[in-house]
Amino acid sequence: MACIHKFALGSIAALALSAGAVPALAQQGLDEPFQKTFREALAGKTVAYVPVAMNFDLTEGWYAGLKKELEPFGVKFVIRDPNWNTNAGAQAVTSLISEKPAVMVIHNPDVQTYAKLLQRAENEGIYVIQINMGSAYRSSAFVGANWIEIGERQTEGVVKACQGKSNKIAIIQGALSAAASAYTLKGVENVLAKHPEIKVVSSQAADWDAAKAKAITQTVLKQNPDLCGIVGFWDGMDIGTAAAIKEAGLTGKVFLATSGGGERKGACELVKNGSFDLNMSYDVPTQAAQMAGTIKWLLSSGAKPGSVKGSEYTTLIPITKENADSQMACWNLSDLKK
Amino acid sequence: MKRVRISQQEIVFAVFAALFLSFSVFLQGFLSADNMLTLLQNVAVLGILGLGMAIVVIGRGIDLSLIAALAVPGGLVLQMVQNGHSLPASLLSAGLLAIAIGLVNGWLIAYAEVPPLFATLATGLFVAGLGQAALFQLDVVQWSDGMAGFERLGQGSILGIPTSIVMFAIACVVVFVLLRKTRWGAYIYAIGDNPFAARVTGIPSRPIIVLQYVLAALIGCFAGLVMAASVNSMPTRIFNSTLIYDVILVVVLGGIGLSGGRGGVVNVIIGTLLIGTMLNGMTILNIPYAGQNLIKGLVLLIAVITDTFLNPRNEETAQQGDI
Repeated sequence: MACIHKFALGSIAALALSAGAVPALAQQGLDEPFQKTFREALAGKTVAYVPVAMNFDLTEGWYAGLKKELEPFGVKFVIRDPNWNTNAGAQAVTSLISEKPAVMVIHNPDVQTYAKLLQRAENEGIYVIQINMGSAYRSSAFVGANWIEIGERQTEGVVKACQGKSNKIAIIQGALSAAASAYTLKGVENVLAKHPEIKVVSSQAADWDAAKAKAITQTVLKQNPDLCGIVGFWDGMDIGTAAAIKEAGLTGKVFLATSGGGERKGACELVKNGSFDLNMSYDVPTQAAQMAGTIKWLLSSGAKPGSVKGSEYTTLIPITKENADSQMACWNLSDLKK
Repeated sequence: MKRVRISQQEIVFAVFAALFLSFSVFLQGFLSADNMLTLLQNVAVLGILGLGMAIVVIGRGIDLSLIAALAVPGGLVLQMVQNGHSLPASLLSAGLLAIAIGLVNGWLIAYAEVPPLFATLATGLFVAGLGQAALFQLDVVQWSDGMAGFERLGQGSILGIPTSIVMFAIACVVVFVLLRKTRWGAYIYAIGDNPFAARVTGIPSRPIIVLQYVLAALIGCFAGLVMAASVNSMPTRIFNSTLIYDVILVVVLGGIGLSGGRGGVVNVIIGTLLIGTMLNGMTILNIPYAGQNLIKGLVLLIAVITDTFLNPRNEETAQQGDI
């Protein structure tokens, strides 16, 4: 009897134990072996950001996106704003090299100025990530738009719109020395080579300046009122191009293709009101996320700066009247900053 | 023997006439009424700014903060309307800001006796910085729905003439009347010609100098509004561009000497026409950017060198205050 009793007690105890044991084991959990080293690799590291200037949708968007992704991991995020001054930018990069941040995020004003400096930075053990406008030096990573593709797709849009019309087009370039402008022009040329019927009546640089773009477009439209399309190189500048088209009463008749970061006010709203017919967006928040991902990966990989080199070209979003209303086509800077 | 004296104004006019004639003959589509209007329209804002600069230069000063006075108050209007303020309130704020810029410039130069070059360089930087740091969310301030109707200040036309040209014409008339028909205008010339003599004869030099800079800032603000209305946005980083040199060029090339006391509205118009003709002709010819700069520089050099040959300087003709 005692024996049975003992057995019963034992079984109950075993049951109770086993019942309790399963959650107890789960509560103990499994230690994920990599997250600690990941956190340690990021915490306290400095990431320095040198845009060509703050205060416009692209650079503000990258800044907000990087901050959001990096700061929760204890990364110190510093910014040096050259405010469109290439010399100030070169100085900022030079002084950063001696300050030795872990990563430098660089937005190049042209292909040459920073090239040597960026190479030096990587030799000093700093990872260099270049955004959107690359330099002649290939660093750890380039994250940005494929300008040649942008030029090609914009021009294809314009060529298509010109079918059965005058076949006369104009090109409004940015600043000649900037990678974005030079490579986009190459893309434009690639497509034009396949379409000998298209005649370029004007191809001028407006220096990323809306007022200059407007002045050039006004003159070109007066000379060629039958123009069927314009390839513009940046939506911030092409507000001026669009204003000239509107003033000439040619909205809807002259197809205007441009490109930009896809901020709602600067892109979707202007496509909706007919200022732009096509805006190739390189979607700044996605670019920021890709940069942040690359930074996390590089820091946690332990790879020697300069030993790996890769590129992440942005998937382009063509914004037209069809998708300008959608929530996904554009982004709001104010939301990204929240 | 009587020596032939041709003023710089006449030389520049001759260069302008020569360019204009050759473009008219050789460049198809240049001499159409439409293109003439476009030519003027493209330089209207530059011309308005030239008028502001002319007032200051005639009074033997210079205003490097003019572009900040164009960009920041103009941008403020667009930003305030975007943030939900009414258009009249925004315009009033911009006007007050422009007056404040002028007052600070004038006070620094007239009372603290800081040389105009340094005073306006500093205020220009300060105002541009203030705009970027405190007033604007983005460098390019976008047009918003609350501005509806205001774009007519820079777009469209009145009796077939583009509005920006009309605005330039109005500014010319106002500045002409001010300089030539009022006592204040006469004082400005007197101060520019000889500030010490002007003070001795009882002209209130200091308040008049303050007035010059307030007028320049207000004209700059007006140019900014015309520009914003014309391109449907305010690209405030225009402060970093070379526009200020173009403005000084228009004034000096037109024949308003930096030594003060000479010239007027006609000189600004001539200077503006020369720049306008060059830019328009080169755009039609589709001359690339670098080539355009080369030609601009060459034409300017020819004008300046011709002037030096025809009007050589000596101790008598050289004036104190030249830059």
